[in-house]
Amino acid sequence: MTRKWKSLIGIMLIGIMIAVVTAGCGGTKPQAKEILIGGNFEMTGGIANFGQSTANGVKLAFKEINSKGGIQGKQLKLVVADNKSEPSEAANAITKLITQDKVVAVLGPVASSNVLATVQIGKDNKTPILTATATNPKVTVGDDGKVREYVFRACFIDPFQGTVMANFAAKSLKAKTAAVYVDNSSDYSKGLAEIFEASFIKNGGKIVATEAFLQKDQDFKAALTKMKATNPDVIFIPAYYQEVGLIVKQARELGMNMPLLGTDGWDSPKLVEIAGAASLNNGFFSNHYSPEDKDPRIQKFVADYKKEYNQVPDALAALGYDAGLMIIDALKRANSTEPAKIKEALANTKNLQVVTGILTLDSKHNPVKSAAVIEMKNGKQLFKEKVNP
Amino acid sequence: MNAVRKRDLLSLLGCVALYAVIQGLIMVDILGPFWQLNIVLICINIILAVSLNLINGFTGQFSIGHAGFMAVGAYLGAVMTVKLHLPFIVAIIAAAAAAGLLGFIIGLPTLRLSGDYLAIATLGLGEIIRITILNISYVGGASGFMGIPRYTTFTWAFFLMILTIFVIKNLINSSHGRACISVRENEIAAEAMGVDTTRYKVMAFTIGAAFAGIAGSLFSHYFYIAHPASFTFMRSFDILTMVVLGGLGSITGSITGALLLTFISAVLASYPEWRMVIYSLMLIVLMLYRPQGLLGNHEISLAIFKRLMGGVKSGNAQNK
Repeated sequence: MTRKWKSLIGIMLIGIMIAVVTAGCGGTKPQAKEILIGGNFEMTGGIANFGQSTANGVKLAFKEINSKGGIQGKQLKLVVADNKSEPSEAANAITKLITQDKVVAVLGPVASSNVLATVQIGKDNKTPILTATATNPKVTVGDDGKVREYVFRACFIDPFQGTVMANFAAKSLKAKTAAVYVDNSSDYSKGLAEIFEASFIKNGGKIVATEAFLQKDQDFKAALTKMKATNPDVIFIPAYYQEVGLIVKQARELGMNMPLLGTDGWDSPKLVEIAGAASLNNGFFSNHYSPEDKDPRIQKFVADYKKEYNQVPDALAALGYDAGLMIIDALKRANSTEPAKIKEALANTKNLQVVTGILTLDSKHNPVKSAAVIEMKNGKQLFKEKVNP
Repeated sequence: MNAVRKRDLLSLLGCVALYAVIQGLIMVDILGPFWQLNIVLICINIILAVSLNLINGFTGQFSIGHAGFMAVGAYLGAVMTVKLHLPFIVAIIAAAAAAGLLGFIIGLPTLRLSGDYLAIATLGLGEIIRITILNISYVGGASGFMGIPRYTTFTWAFFLMILTIFVIKNLINSSHGRACISVRENEIAAEAMGVDTTRYKVMAFTIGAAFAGIAGSLFSHYFYIAHPASFTFMRSFDILTMVVLGGLGSITGSITGALLLTFISAVLASYPEWRMVIYSLMLIVLMLYRPQGLLGNHEISLAIFKRLMGGVKSGNAQNK
């Protein structure tokens, strides 16, 4: 092949690429019979499994309403844009959804950091953002302490779980004293520990010990021995499953048989692998929902989801579904597809029955709803009880 | 005025004209916010690709830690404007200086390595920078640096991009640049000819890092947030892909690569399931047929078109 030919092929390739690419430029054209909702999800990248679960939940909710005839005769359509699990791509995706696809509201992203990259764009374009899963309190309240007008969420915020577990310890477990073992390298853990302590004291309990560890620590026995000496009724460990697994294991080895409490960071099959099924007995943690819950609403959702996607819905799928229900409810009450009216309606969400409970948005756009407490028994997650705020 | 100066002036005029056209389209709202965002992103990516090309393409030192320098620029720039309330221009200069300084400090020991070893060392350095940032709670730690104002506009991005291209192009055409190229072609021969190879390697590395810092500060001041997840080694590979796709050792190649990949990525956002498939297929096809990159080490100029049309063989259409 001569140089000339090679160059020509090169130029042709560029031409083809540009042709392919511009062919896809049109964006999604809204039909008169459709309401377009954007889905800014982590479809690829580090937390793609979370993004896909959430998107699946939303799609299921939309499918159900569409089969019932949609909203005011219009079908709901989810336009998904991938944000590659990265904040700048999330900003890119939401800009595309709002300005190219002309969606009336945007669902997602999953991670708080990705949502934070999009809030300003939602505000600039006056389009509501509803995240199903971002638990960081700053998502709906800005640094200046003002509520972000256009941002809503369908899940409870991190500190809420601290209250839930404190109430659970004081009321259900009748604990009088508690120790707290906190992961000092995570904001999530520190925030939860503070709230737990405050609520537990408010319930008449006493915090007898507070110890700290760091992510990736391996040996926890020194701190555990210190805690053992104070003989607490319960130990609260708000952290992620990796360290929790080791802590639980070592605590049981030291003969500490009191109930161990945790939060949604515990929710992983890996926890059982690390700690061992027997050690985890008498362990409880809070989560958004439990597929084991006998509530008929939850059982119906689990069955429908299984039928559609052939897997048990995780907490993210349930929250995605709830976000779908919230936007459907808001569209119905707004009786309009204007983003400003949808925003008003979302802010006034009250007593909406969703899968994970009955949901009312407070003045900070955070839902007030129940959390599920899950008990670990022989390596299985059992639904223990629902705790209302 | 000699011919070279005249040509520079002409291309500068061309750039101003291009700026005027795009700015005009933005003003009359033909280019919506989505394309505005992607044009700014293209400018930032061109800065990154061209500066990496100086290290990888022209000096021949295989570095894949560019995202690390970008992160330094992004965070330092944000600290300057948010915490210290300094003007944006100061933030950009500080970001460039800090990233450059870091490049210099890191370059001295690592550039003694070559080939695979250097690649691994720079990859590690990029990660070290990211993990360090992850653990500094002053800049937000794992939850990212929030509340950065959007100072970056198309004007800022465009003219800093032009500055980058201008500086690097002139550097390459200078005696320093020739020395860098000689290091790439044959390090031993270069040394035998009296070229201080370490000095030029470190110089290229420092300048490349400084421009990555500029790109970083533009980046964080456009997306409201600087987050460690934006500066993983995947970002380094993205930049590297642009450089290799366009052709190592071609500035216009890097520009084409950055333009093309950013554009493709933006358009395919509607098809998340297919994005990675199409993206990688394109790269495979391209690498099969043009292993030297779209432009090899040539530069786009009228000479190439002349050669294609008239078949005037000039051997090598080098236009350096």
